[in-house]
This record gives sequence, C-alpha cells and structure tokens, in this order.
Amino acid sequence: MSLDPATTRRIARLARIGLDDQETEAVRTQLGGILGWIEILNEVEVEGVPPMVGTSMNAALPQREDIVTDGDCQEKVLSNAPDRAGPFFTVPKVVE
Amino acid sequence: MSYVIEGSTGPWEIVVGLEVHAQVISNSKLFSGASTLFGGEPNTHVSLIDAGFPGMLPVINRGCVAQAVRTGLGLKARINLESRFDRKNYFYADLPQGYQISQFAHPIIGEGKIEIELSDGSTREIGITRLHLEQDAGKLMHDQDPKRSFVDLNRAGVALMEIVSEPDIRTPEEAGAYLRKLRQILRYLGTCDGNMDEGSMRADVNVSVRKAGEPFRTRCEIKNVNSIRFVTQAIEIEAARQVEIWESGGEVDQETRLFDPGRGETRSLRSKEDAHDYRYFPDPDLLPLVIEQSWVDQLKACLPELPDEKRARLQKEYGITAYDAGVLVAEQAIADFYETVAKGRDGKSAAAWMTGDFFAALNRTGKSIEESPVGADKLGAMLDLIADGTINGKIAKEVLETMFETGEAPLEIVERKGLRQVTDTGAIEKAADEVLTKNADKLEQYLGGKDKLFGFFVGQVMKATQGKANPAMVNEILKKKIHG
Repeated sequence: MSLDPATTRRIARLARIGLDDQETEAVRTQLGGILGWIEILNEVEVEGVPPMVGTSMNAALPQREDIVTDGDCQEKVLSNAPDRAGPFFTVPKVVE
Repeated sequence: MSYVIEGSTGPWEIVVGLEVHAQVISNSKLFSGASTLFGGEPNTHVSLIDAGFPGMLPVINRGCVAQAVRTGLGLKARINLESRFDRKNYFYADLPQGYQISQFAHPIIGEGKIEIELSDGSTREIGITRLHLEQDAGKLMHDQDPKRSFVDLNRAGVALMEIVSEPDIRTPEEAGAYLRKLRQILRYLGTCDGNMDEGSMRADVNVSVRKAGEPFRTRCEIKNVNSIRFVTQAIEIEAARQVEIWESGGEVDQETRLFDPGRGETRSLRSKEDAHDYRYFPDPDLLPLVIEQSWVDQLKACLPELPDEKRARLQKEYGITAYDAGVLVAEQAIADFYETVAKGRDGKSAAAWMTGDFFAALNRTGKSIEESPVGADKLGAMLDLIADGTINGKIAKEVLETMFETGEAPLEIVERKGLRQVTDTGAIEKAADEVLTKNADKLEQYLGGKDKLFGFFVGQVMKATQGKANPAMVNEILKKKIHG
C-alpha cells in the first residue's frame, strides 16, 4: 500500500512532527515500505481466530494493593524539565 | 413532564446523554504507587510512571478495580470479568505520557440503569451504557506567568470512572435529577466523593434536538461542566442554539463546545481542522484485566444499603411517607441520624421533627448534620418528653431552639425554664374560668353560633399558662365548662 502525501502530512501532524515537502516525500516512501511489509500479514488465514491481545497467552495482568509506595521524588520528576519554575514544569502558555 | 422548544417550524424535543467523570476514592493511583491526596506540594505525589518517564511500566491498582466493580453493582450493571486497556493518543501539556490509558472497546462495566425521581413525583429509568476506568490528567495553571502555563502532575494518573448514560434524558430537569442520583449512589458506595466544585465529579453533556418521532440528529458535546445548575443551563442554551440553526436552514456540526455561564452561551472549543483522532490501540504494557466472579460476589455481599432500598425500608419500617423517606436518605449520615432517633419511638413524629424544625435550625446555623450541636440521642430524648407528656409540641419547638443554642439536654432546659406541661386539672380549670369570665361577650357570640371562637378560648387559656397547658386537656375542660 502506498501513502498519499496528504495522509503522510496528517500522520506527521498528529505526531507533532514538522515536515517540509522534501521530508514528507522521504517519510512517505519509508512508511509505505513498512506498510507494504506489514501487509504480508493479510495473507494469514485468521477466520475464527480471536484477536491476540498479548504475547504471553497464560499470564494474567498483575495487580498491586491500594497502598502508597511511590512518589515524593519531586527533584527526580523535574530533573528533565527544560524550563522549570520552582516546583512546576512550565510550557508555553496554553489557554483554550 | 415534557420539555419542548417551540420553534417557528413547530415543537422540538431535546435528546441528552451524559458522560460523567468520577474520581475514584483510593489511596494510590490507578497505575502507580503515588498518593492520590489532594493539595500536596506541586509535583510531589508523582511517580516516574505518572511523569511519563521512558521505560516505566504501569501496574494496576486492585483497589481501584474493586471501586469500579462496586460502582457497577450499585448501578445494577453488567460486570465484565474480562476487560482491556487502550491508549488514547493526544498531546497536551497536562498529559506527560502523550496518551491516556483508558478502556475503549472492552470496558469493565457494561449496561446498567438509574432510576430518577422528578419534582412532580414521577420516576423514570435512565440507561447506563458503560463505565470504564481511565487515568486523570495533571493540572495546568495559566495565571502564574504572562507567557507560560505551569504544570502540576499530582493529579496525573489518579483513577477516574467514566460513566456514560444512554441518550435517554429528555429535559434539563432530568439531567439534574440523573446527576444528583448518580452522585448519591457514588457517595453511598464510597467510590467517589462527588464534589463537583472541587472537580472530583465532572460532566460532559451531549445535546441534540429533533422533531417528535425523528431519528437522532447531530449532537454537540459540551465539555467539563462543573455544577448541576450549569448542566441544566447549558442544555437549555445549547438546544435553543441548535433549533435556531436547523430552522434557519443550517446544519449543526458535530463538535466539542464549552459552556460559558458568565455570557450564557456555548462556543466551539476546537476548530474542525484540529478534530481529534485518538488512534486508540491496545496498551501493550497491560494484559487484559481478568477478575473472578467469586471476588465480584464477595464485593456484592459487602455493599452498603443503597438509597432506593433504604428509602423503601424506611417507609415500611417506620411508616413514613415516600417524600419524607426521600428527604431522609439524601445523605447516608442523615438516614443514620434518623434511624437513631426513630428507633423504639414513633417514626412519623421523628420524621416530622427532623424534616421540619430540626433541618430548619441546621439551615439557620449553616451546619451539616455531622456538625449538629443537637445529636440524635438528644433529639430522641426530646421526643420522649413529648411522648410522655412532660412538654407539649409547642413548647418542644422552644426547647429544640434552646438545645441548638446551648447544647443542653432537653430535660435540663425544661427544668431550668420551668416548661413542664401543665396537666393539673385544677390549674387549667382556673385559667379557663378566668378566660370565660373576662370574655363573657365572646362566650355569648359563641353560644349564638360563632363556632370559630372556640379556638380563641383555647388560645387564651394556653396564653394564660405560658403555652404549657396540655392542649387536649384544655379542649376538654373548656367544652365541659361551656356546654356543661
């Protein structure tokens, strides 16, 4: 399957990646190749086979008790913040 | 009660469905061990999972799952023993992961129902489509800096239940009744505190309009309405807006809108260009959630008595009216208080005093039932004083008022103020004689057929005894004296 440029730009926008025309064309070709490869899966007969939801067929979702075991690590949480203000992360103003 | 909008082309009915986000009461978050406590120092109740650090793996909180199951049971809903988690992808500054873990195709709770009661006493059933578990987002502050928004992730990752109703609601009043009933059930269950002004319960309102008998038309979603009053206002305003568009030959766009109570309008929140495409897919970090029927049964066995059942039981057990029972089950604490008062006493009289003078006094002093200076034991003791004839109903009102002021026991007040009911026949006869002598003219009119004057004589005798005479005895003695 090949992607058209509009779909490519849409995917890029949803991922918040800015692409110029040249980059769009490069990504379009690359993504098209990946999709083509994945489409091989369409040849597999899956009639009556329930969708796979995990790789370990017998494992159950592990659960924890409702107790506080984490947090209180403000410095670590903020350690990658490019523009922190005291105890806060900051971002360019977003108001709806 | 029907609600129609009279347009120029005839009447329109409204179709409303509600999506309620209810914050789950739990100690730690849905997928991390960080605290859910409100009001901590910014970014302290945050784990590296909540902050979206790479490589961190979510582990589900069994307590939150139990809360969702309890809520499902309270909504008489289907419990799905297998459910799944999906990623809802979008970028926003309060969502560090870049996706919200939610349940899309396979929610933990399926169809249920809520019975609502309307002001005219009628009831209606509103269907519940589903309830699913998902993560709350962080909090943004826009007023701290001219160019930047500040981000606090303390709330990020706290468990939410999204409770979706069927589009069964047909009037703004029904929407309000639905929210009140849902909040009451959640509070009884202890699964959400239901405080809309603190944001722990928020509603998205889906509104459309149609002519009677038509299929549904395009709906708009009004996001994040944070009070019941605003929900009813938003519905009225949005429905009127849509009628105007249809009638002027236009087309309503399916979109997300915001309610501005100040301006009394709804307005578009996102341009179509930016319409969200969430690209849901199964969260590869989380296996399907499988719960045991035996565990569900165990949770069911431990559910508290819910409002509808409590109301029916109070009516039956204490012989009170449906209306009084409804008032008394509004909050669990009120119902408990009532039952303490009514136990072993006259349930009707207990209900009358509580819903009457007692609530009036609470309102006047601005106190909740938990803060009431008059406890259930003292109110009960006062009812005992009425029942055994120590005081009459009129004096009891005065005693109750004093109880609210001083916190004294009712008998103390009666003794201190000398309010004991006068049941001494001699004293009442004496007062009656005086009244009749003093009002010989009125007595004559009464004997001449002006029956209403009997009440006047009773009033005068009561006055002469400072309201303390036993009213039944006053009646009897006066009758005997006048008619022989």
